[in-house]
Amino acid sequence: MHDINREVIETFLYREADLLDRWQLNEWLTLFTRDAYYQVPPLDARELPPEQALYLVDDNYERLNSRIKQLLKGNAHAESPVSRTRRAVTNVMFALQPNGEVQVRANFIIHRVRRELLDVYMGRYDHILVQTDGKLQFRMRKAVLDLEALRPQGKVSIII
Amino acid sequence: MPQSFAGLVEDDQDNGLFRVNRRAFIDPAVMEEEKRTVFGQSWLYVGHESELPEPGSFVRREVAWRPVIMVRDEAGTVRILFDTCPHRGNTVCKEAAGKTKRFQCFYHGWTFNTRGELISVPDSAGYGPGFDKKNFPLATPPRVETYRGLVFMSLKADIVDLVTYFGRAKEYLDLILNHSEDVEIVPGQQSYSMRANWKLLVENSIDGYHAMMTHERYFIDYMEDLGGSSKDWESIVAPIPGNTGIELDSGHAVIENPIGKLPMSANAAQHLGKVRAELEAKFGREYTERMVGFSRNLFIFPNLIFVQNFRTVRTFYPASPDYLKVNAWALLPKGEPAAIRRLRHDNFISFLGPGGFGTPDDVEALENCQRGFAVREMEWSDISRGMKRPPTSSDEIQMRAFWRRWYQCLYPSYAPQMERPVPAQVAAVPNRRAA
Ligand code: FES
Ligand SMILES: [Fe+2]
Repeated sequence: MHDINREVIETFLYREADLLDRWQLNEWLTLFTRDAYYQVPPLDARELPPEQALYLVDDNYERLNSRIKQLLKGNAHAESPVSRTRRAVTNVMFALQPNGEVQVRANFIIHRVRRELLDVYMGRYDHILVQTDGKLQFRMRKAVLDLEALRPQGKVSIII
Repeated sequence: MPQSFAGLVEDDQDNGLFRVNRRAFIDPAVMEEEKRTVFGQSWLYVGHESELPEPGSFVRREVAWRPVIMVRDEAGTVRILFDTCPHRGNTVCKEAAGKTKRFQCFYHGWTFNTRGELISVPDSAGYGPGFDKKNFPLATPPRVETYRGLVFMSLKADIVDLVTYFGRAKEYLDLILNHSEDVEIVPGQQSYSMRANWKLLVENSIDGYHAMMTHERYFIDYMEDLGGSSKDWESIVAPIPGNTGIELDSGHAVIENPIGKLPMSANAAQHLGKVRAELEAKFGREYTERMVGFSRNLFIFPNLIFVQNFRTVRTFYPASPDYLKVNAWALLPKGEPAAIRRLRHDNFISFLGPGGFGTPDDVEALENCQRGFAVREMEWSDISRGMKRPPTSSDEIQMRAFWRRWYQCLYPSYAPQMERPVPAQVAAVPNRRAA
């Protein structure tokens, strides 16, 4: 077991962002436990659970796995060819829970460029990390967008 | 000058050729005329009564470029109020949704009740004897009507009533609405955009032809990942019984095909079986099979789509010829267990919406179409598919239905001819799921 400290958490988040910016999605998927979710809550009901609101993304591991395969295959046309992205993850805060989970909050700003159009996604991460075999993994990877509408972004075709 | 819009659509039914001049997608003058005629003379979807659970509940919307408030007044009546202060213009509704007894304009403090009546004016001594509060209510659209909880408004005072406007589309709307007696719009509005002309999304919403091509990742890859078969949705493109495109009245249209597997088919099988049994008890076997045995996208002219598979209500407007704004909602059965509700959400968002496996690629396709329209040397888009055969959902009769009505709006001396009488089996035989 690693000690959970700021350096460990930040290194995890920075490495994750780097994998996504480099489209190393298979390696990125190894950061998830099998019971993990990748979620993007709706823009107008950000605090409701997925049983009560229509999320933008509510992937369990199987659907996330399918998403990654599609993105790498080339028939996810919105990301084929893939866009350029650059992620900034800041204001990291974390709290160790009695059950061993680590609650992580952080700010994110993602710039996405494709066909000379620039889209910005910003918001807050609300993750739950766990340690498995001495390494950190996501049990919950939640990206809460600050946008009021996906205009002009139009889509969440990259992992945010 | 209506004359200047002549020739935007060419409909040659003898030779089975139909084409649209691409100026329709790029010319700002076309869009201005659309505002006046297409949107100005139709019924427009505003929202659903379930969004207003109690007296005083309201939601703020933008309908036909106008800020509006949909509100349930003290007496329980659903009203549509234009959101601009009769004093000097400020919008009076600050929140996107909520519950209130009154709307106070913060600019100078004029205050309105939920019926839109002006109830108080600060320092009213400043106004002369001719000033009567009765003469300053919030404005309302000339027409408002509701059909089974769906609230519509029209800017045209003498438009036909809503059910007459639906015409034969009512039958298909009922096929969708009859799935559940008690429904509600779920929190979580999908609000997104496309850098594309709004009519491309009309076409795209009722386009079976693109499904297996653009959405291979969903209909083949994802279906296989779910343990299904890549052949499961071939019913969209194969010319088999029950795969139909139908031109309804007044620009409305519908596509149907025998339903394939959906993400929730397997993991909610027991629940869906129970729902079906209840429907059969109520409507009989044949009608129930017609309801649940088919995938169905219904288009109500000019900008409203119902996607039955996902219980989607979706509407959209152009902000400019090359930019559209979409709003979409899930209209789901009330009172189901939370686990089933979440499966219905999954079902919807796996395909539709900004994070789905379907919509982002539609956005990509439509934005690329718009890019292509810069090539003025390529003057026409072809929409002839299926003119010379009994039309399937992967033909284009449903788009031609839209374009004929659209062209009539822009060029009133055009007298549209419907393509062919509806094939007998469509109207008469509910169970078209022939072996
Ligand atoms: S503009 Fe509303 S009170 Fe003056
Ligand atoms: Fe599509």
